[in-house]
Amino acid sequence: MEHYNMNLTLKVWKQKNNKDKGRFETYKVKDISSEMSFLEMFDVLNEQLIAEGKEPVAFDHDCREGICGMCSMHIDGRAHGPWHETTTCQLHMRQYKDGDTIVVEPWRANAFPVIKDLVTDRTSFDRIIQAGGYISVNTGNAVDANSLPIEKQKADEAFAAAACIGCGACAAACPNASAMLFVSAKVSHLALLPQGDPERKMRAMNMVNQMDKEGFGSCTNIGACEAECPKGISLENIARLNREYLGAVFSGSSNE
Amino acid sequence: MNWKQAFSTSIGKKLQMSLTGLFLILFLVVHCYINAQIFWNDGGKKFEEAAHFMGTNFIIRTVEIGLTFFLLLHIFQGLNLWLRNRSKRSVRYAVSAGSETSAWYRRSMGILGSLLLIFLVIHTSKFWIPNRASQIAGNGELPLYEMMKHEFQYLWVVVIYVLGCITLAWHLVHGFWSSFQTLGLTTHRYKGIINAIGVAFAIIVPAIFALMPIAFHLGWIS
Repeated sequence: MEHYNMNLTLKVWKQKNNKDKGRFETYKVKDISSEMSFLEMFDVLNEQLIAEGKEPVAFDHDCREGICGMCSMHIDGRAHGPWHETTTCQLHMRQYKDGDTIVVEPWRANAFPVIKDLVTDRTSFDRIIQAGGYISVNTGNAVDANSLPIEKQKADEAFAAAACIGCGACAAACPNASAMLFVSAKVSHLALLPQGDPERKMRAMNMVNQMDKEGFGSCTNIGACEAECPKGISLENIARLNREYLGAVFSGSSNE
Repeated sequence: MNWKQAFSTSIGKKLQMSLTGLFLILFLVVHCYINAQIFWNDGGKKFEEAAHFMGTNFIIRTVEIGLTFFLLLHIFQGLNLWLRNRSKRSVRYAVSAGSETSAWYRRSMGILGSLLLIFLVIHTSKFWIPNRASQIAGNGELPLYEMMKHEFQYLWVVVIYVLGCITLAWHLVHGFWSSFQTLGLTTHRYKGIINAIGVAFAIIVPAIFALMPIAFHLGWIS
């Protein structure tokens, strides 16, 4: 594809802190290369703002290779922008053409309060993991890889669920601000493996309780999460979480 | 073990929606089968027999109390979930994805359900409530077949009923599949067939219902 440069208008959410009401600011950026990633375009914008003596836009990013889950922009109504199974850092400017206007917002959910501009506090996900996203293993030398036989199909399903990077796009995209796709991926990845078996029932209940406590909504099986997930986590995981949860509650596990 | 938890967490509330929804789906099958007796075109003989059985059988009348309770629970919990979920995003997006990421009817169960509730108020006030009121007052059952014939002479009644059936169809396209998903039964193996049955059900049952007022209005049934 031919390289080209473009001029863009950006409408970006600016918010001083959690208490501030926030508002959209309009910026113009010039000579953006179609080869840039979306975050590099934001780097150009911030360089420009600094040169003008203005405050740059705060945004989250880390690996910039689509695996860490840190970048979190809601671009023109889409979590991580319009590309399928793509994080913001992997969205490239060839998506846009000269003269386009792009609206950029932070993740919006009460469980993800805005810290500043486009940066949100996603520690609610950490607390959900702490509530049950772990296994008990004996310390010592690593055991032989094949000492625990695991069916290929289950290993693959567990791996697909483990691909979740905890970015929060599911909850950001969900009209109910529900975190069920995230929680279901974490529960699925451990429930499918023998290593996850001892805490299996406790895990489903405790993680769901923590999810509710953090202020996420209820899943109504809309499917926007699956459409927006950069790692292609399937709704089948939510069915599995429901199964795990109902199984745990009705078979009488203690709730610790 | 905690029974309260089974029904009170976010998944628990969905479980209530799922189980009551499936019960209402079963009710629709029975309701549709009984009412479809009008298509024998025998002056309502077979229909009146079936309606008489449903209206006087002790077991059916007992289940009817359960049906009323489950319907009210479905309505209450549905509205509760709708309001509760809306409150989880105080600051809304300036630009939303809309149909790019999800189908409109999957996002609109609260609105579709509310429209169905309005339809149900109209529908029950025409047939079910007057009939039961007459029975309780000791005046016996009302001639439901004649009442249908009379009501469906009016075009506006037919239009409301057809709109009600279309609303029901969209509600079911999502609701049928969704209730199985909440129960965790939509595994890789079964999700295709559950979805297919759901869509077929959502088209066939409301279509049969919609045909009833149309058939009376156009004089296919006399």
